[in-house]
Amino acid sequence: MATPQFASFYPDFYIERLWDRCIKCKRCIKECTYEAHIWEAKKKTLLEDHVKCVGCHRCEAFCPTKAIIIKRHPAQFREHALWTPWFIKNIYKQADQGGVLLTSTGCMLPFKNYFDHLVLDACQVTNPPIDPLREPMELRTYIGSKPEALEIEEVDGRFRLKKKLPPLIKLEVPIMFAGMSYGAISLHVHQGLAKAARDLGTLYNTGEGGLHASLYEYGANTVVQCASGRFGLHVDYLKAGVAIEIKIGQGAKPGIGGHLPGEKVTEEISKTRMIPVGSDALSPAPHHDIYSIEDLRGLIFALKEATEYQKLVFVKISAVHNVAAIASGVVRAGADAVVIDGLKGGTGAAPTMFRDYIGIPIELAISAVDKRLRAEGIRHRTSIIASGGIRCSADVVKAIALGADAVSIGTAALIAVGCTMCQRCYTGKCPWGIATNNPELLKRLPPEVAYEKIYNLVKGWAHEIKEMLGAMGINSIESLKGNRDKLRAVGLTKEEMEILEVKHAGE
Amino acid sequence: MPLELEVSPYHYSQVNRILREAIEKGERELVLRGVNGHRYLLAGVSQSVRVEIYGTPGLDLGAFMRGPEIRVYGNVQDGAGNTMDEGKIIVHGMAGDVVGYAMRGGKIHIYGDVGYRVGIHMKAYMQKIPVIVIGGKAGDFLGEYMAGGVIILLGMNSNYPERPLAGLFLGTGMHGGAIYVRGKVKESQLGAGLKPYPLETEDEKILETHLKDYCEDFGLNLSDVLKEDFLKIIPYTHRPYGKLYAY
Repeated sequence: MATPQFASFYPDFYIERLWDRCIKCKRCIKECTYEAHIWEAKKKTLLEDHVKCVGCHRCEAFCPTKAIIIKRHPAQFREHALWTPWFIKNIYKQADQGGVLLTSTGCMLPFKNYFDHLVLDACQVTNPPIDPLREPMELRTYIGSKPEALEIEEVDGRFRLKKKLPPLIKLEVPIMFAGMSYGAISLHVHQGLAKAARDLGTLYNTGEGGLHASLYEYGANTVVQCASGRFGLHVDYLKAGVAIEIKIGQGAKPGIGGHLPGEKVTEEISKTRMIPVGSDALSPAPHHDIYSIEDLRGLIFALKEATEYQKLVFVKISAVHNVAAIASGVVRAGADAVVIDGLKGGTGAAPTMFRDYIGIPIELAISAVDKRLRAEGIRHRTSIIASGGIRCSADVVKAIALGADAVSIGTAALIAVGCTMCQRCYTGKCPWGIATNNPELLKRLPPEVAYEKIYNLVKGWAHEIKEMLGAMGINSIESLKGNRDKLRAVGLTKEEMEILEVKHAGE
Repeated sequence: MPLELEVSPYHYSQVNRILREAIEKGERELVLRGVNGHRYLLAGVSQSVRVEIYGTPGLDLGAFMRGPEIRVYGNVQDGAGNTMDEGKIIVHGMAGDVVGYAMRGGKIHIYGDVGYRVGIHMKAYMQKIPVIVIGGKAGDFLGEYMAGGVIILLGMNSNYPERPLAGLFLGTGMHGGAIYVRGKVKESQLGAGLKPYPLETEDEKILETHLKDYCEDFGLNLSDVLKEDFLKIIPYTHRPYGKLYAY
């Protein structure tokens, strides 16, 4: 007798077919990459394999007669506050297969979300709000290391800077796109992100998968990543963007590297990553040339030398316990920007335990790092770019008020192009054509569509940010940076408020 | 006439700037004297130039470079050939840690010993096959995560007769390429799942090609090098962690 596979007994989702609507066109079969819809040829009817359904809602969205509803499976285990179906089913999976639980996206546990405990200020009577529709409102911000002070001299009656400023990157909107590799996401999404970044005046980030030949033209809006696997990393790549990001860690999986499974290393991926087709792309946990802050400085300046000091070097770390001290070291090592990715930061694939339990929330990390760098008198030497769970423009405003210069969005950008958060990116079968490079699935999301959606999202957020700034009586995003007086806490403890440096509502 | 430069008065960034300007002007032969810990020499240089270095270059000699041939009369510090793309580094001495990290092409010939974590995550693609030949002994983690290319460890010109040929965790997690060792290593030194194999005809050809080049660089006798038997360490799978996960 075959060993029973317990996990296969209990589906997560239930595919409900409304037979009075179904025309048996089999569109659902075509759309479902997980083979949850089956054609029963003998009976000329459709069947469902509920166990295979991942809850991506692709069939539901594309059923021409709206005959499908995807629900949580109604079958229930007996109530138990501790042994919830999540834990029971995970144990079944591991008992069946004996492996590390794998998942995607960011932490899904309901840890306290500090953004949701912070409210913003607005002008009333004593000072007037500003209407961005009739008055100038600036979202422009500059990323990079700023000098201690500006020295100005007068030449022929005109004022000018005595010393040339170090290179800075101008962002027209303080929202960048987080590092997501070509491999983890499709080429079309990369193309959409790149073009949107150009038209919005911001940056997108290659992630660790190298840079596809079609994307070199977006160099002025590109951050190229240098991670531990050094995939597709060569001089032309390093010089292609405006900044190089040394990826030390990411919020979804602090302390470990990445494994792009061989199945996802297709012909095109292979060309860009410069590894053989079908071979695992393994990124080691550490950069093996970085075992200390001094070593980090070594790599930062190796990259600066190799690119003749034309490029900024960012260092991306995940927000962990001692993030403030680490960030201080990173800045002293010479990073032009420290990119902090919090507990809720997403991924295409991470061990579940890492995604859910490792790292600290970004809100606390931003504030702690900003405070530490100010205390040490080195805040001006770097920019803080925060990411991990930025869901709306108010989150952006709060992150900046807590001390960030700019934020990065990854998951939000993917949701903009149709992601339904089914959390199965690691399978490479994304039915929405986002987290896949299957040539057939790619076509489901053309680059122009990706571009339009991402552009629209950020355009909408940018306008909301302007409105919120105006309401506070501020006309420039730079005046919001670290301006915690614009925040008040609702329902936070004294300790939390101390870390965030915010007062409680009513104070 | 090559460009001769006494570098001791200069910071590394000045040296690199002078070199780049000279290369830009068409200089193809460079001689650097008085090198003493200067970091990143020739980093990111993409032209085919020949460089002679007298002294001890610092961190990341030739990092990311694509083309130069660098001959060092002395030892080199850590990170020589870091993520290098094409070209050659010849060291008439010893080398520090992480030589050829993530190297994707070109050659590194070291006369003597090397430190830890050498050749980590080297990778090959199509015609680009990086090669590291180590005349002396190597520390732990040689060829860890190796994804392609060739490492040859001779153990001949060592300053440390008491040490084993290679350290522990040799080839841990390797999923491409080959490591050739002159002499023997214990299986306990190898990364999990790896085994030493005897050479096949194809391997002998590869070895001879690379060792001939190596011997020419240092004026060594190829037949002396080939006197002893070699063994080969190759990955047992291209997917060492393929079965690690439960879906």
